[in-house]
Amino acid sequence: MDPLMPPPARRIAVDRHPTVVAPAGGAAATLGPAALTPPVPPPPASQNGSAVHRAPSAHVAERMRLESLWLGYGERWVVRDVNLPVRQGEVLALIGASGSGKTTLLRSLNRLTEITPGATRAGYVTLDGEEVMGIEVTQLRRRISMVFQQPNPFPMSIFENVAYALREPGARPGLRPGRSSRRRSELSDQVVGALQRAGLYEEVADELDRPALRLSGGQQQRLCIARALAVKPEVLLLDEPCSALDPISTATIEELIVGLRETVAVVIVTHNLQQARRVADHVAFMHLGELVEYGPSNQIFEAPKHQRTHDYVAGVFG
Amino acid sequence: MASVAQPPTPIAGKGRDSVRSWPLGDQIAYGVSWGTGLLLCVIAGAIVLFMLFKGLSYLRLSLLFSSPSPSLDQSQSGGFLDPIEGTLLLTTIGTLIAAPIGISIGSWLSEHARPRWLARMVESGVEMIAGVPSIVLAIFAILVFSKPVFAFLSETSSGGSVFARSFINAGLMMSLIALPLIVGATREALNQVPAHVREASYALGHTKATTLRRVLLPASRPGIATGIVLGMGRIIGDTAIVLIVLGQTARLEPAGGTPVLSLLRGTGSTLTSYVYENSPAGEGHAPQKAYAAAFVLLMMVLAINAIAMRLSRGAGEAVQWIR
Repeated sequence: MDPLMPPPARRIAVDRHPTVVAPAGGAAATLGPAALTPPVPPPPASQNGSAVHRAPSAHVAERMRLESLWLGYGERWVVRDVNLPVRQGEVLALIGASGSGKTTLLRSLNRLTEITPGATRAGYVTLDGEEVMGIEVTQLRRRISMVFQQPNPFPMSIFENVAYALREPGARPGLRPGRSSRRRSELSDQVVGALQRAGLYEEVADELDRPALRLSGGQQQRLCIARALAVKPEVLLLDEPCSALDPISTATIEELIVGLRETVAVVIVTHNLQQARRVADHVAFMHLGELVEYGPSNQIFEAPKHQRTHDYVAGVFG
Repeated sequence: MASVAQPPTPIAGKGRDSVRSWPLGDQIAYGVSWGTGLLLCVIAGAIVLFMLFKGLSYLRLSLLFSSPSPSLDQSQSGGFLDPIEGTLLLTTIGTLIAAPIGISIGSWLSEHARPRWLARMVESGVEMIAGVPSIVLAIFAILVFSKPVFAFLSETSSGGSVFARSFINAGLMMSLIALPLIVGATREALNQVPAHVREASYALGHTKATTLRRVLLPASRPGIATGIVLGMGRIIGDTAIVLIVLGQTARLEPAGGTPVLSLLRGTGSTLTSYVYENSPAGEGHAPQKAYAAAFVLLMMVLAINAIAMRLSRGAGEAVQWIR
């Protein structure tokens, strides 16, 4: 692909029937109505929630539900018929080898897959019962925020990085000191609050105006978490958030993740099985685009029901 | 104090670390590259040294602060204050026009570029402008700007014909000289920003426009500044457009009485055209002054290049993400 021309082109697969065989579904993998037939396309965005799909609530704190979700690039499906709940009060870890589709799955939750040309989607992803395709995308991404593999603070001060997240989409700047002291102090409280939740405030309290890119890698990643938390999201997506970090920073961030689950539903993609074991309450194991097994962390690691899961957590392949 | 541990003698590993052990063909190629590189250094050094020697021996401080006057006697023909002012004015006009347009085109090509056919067209358009000799641009400018529609950009003679030569006209053409450099630098700088940084901004619910304005362009500032400064260097050094589109008046000749507008619509000269006119090829026949002016010109361009290098080196340090 021409690297100079990367912008998005959204195509929702409506008429293309997947040619793949039915997934290796187990009893644990099928939570919703198990639809192995090619799924019905999601309702168009224009209907704006009037015809949304309402899933039966399995858990009081369930925030998101993935049903018969198929994701692909061009002609190739990389996620096939996945059914998963995302609950508040727990951490859900997606594990699996490279190319198992877990990152694609994660990125589809806040519709970030749409910026990849040729990305297709079928099936349902609901947030509080509302199909995500029906939610205005900028609003959706403030309700489901995300932290990436590499720390990616913006080239501005620590304060501005968090303030940038709080800025309403499309709003004029107007955040400079003196413009409106009341707004500034309100904003300041929110920024400090977010930094505190991310466990970074104590370290940077005196230097909020320092460039964020001068921070250490672990601090940068916590700043990115603060940025993601600043908008008070309902769901926090973490895409291998510690893979670029040292063990000490990793431990700090893992602690943070576990602490966050009470207020946000956390979904983490990780390559690191020990990490999944440390932070996750539920684990979903994916292999070659299919959800092989989903269950409580203990079950997946101690008594997996499927041979593939057993082999993967035992390190037979990876 | 206990004896300090001594490092062991380094062991020289056997291998092809010496050029002498290379195959003959490689040795010859190595020698040729080495020699040509050295030759280029010698040429560059000779230009600077020659101009330094010639220029400094003829340069008088008074030359920098006196206007040229038409006289066959060299002691009466004045200095090159007006050409220096002309160079600065023309560079300012050209840059002010080229920078916003170039940054916009570069950003659009890098971040949006839809529809594809239009992007490809814009891309080859920019490439074509970069490839057009400036003398051709100059001729084209005379052709276009002498149309009555563009009369407001220059003087109109009593007979009604549009003169087509003015600072603003030359500045417009100069902006085309700088434009490809600025477009290229903007694209290059934006491409240096990792994709996940854009995605992080989109993931916060921000639009492409906000992301570009608040994240990507600030991150690309050093690279873009380098492009702009290089463009300024090109404008300062261009001769053909000045000779043809600036009107060839040794002094700044404002058109009309409006303060700024008259200057923009008026004619003048720059250091390049001054050097040309006073060289043996021109009509001024004051080679000493040509040398002195050429020295000043060279110093300006070298200073500009030094700034550009400084900026581009700063770009590497300022914004670096963990890969």
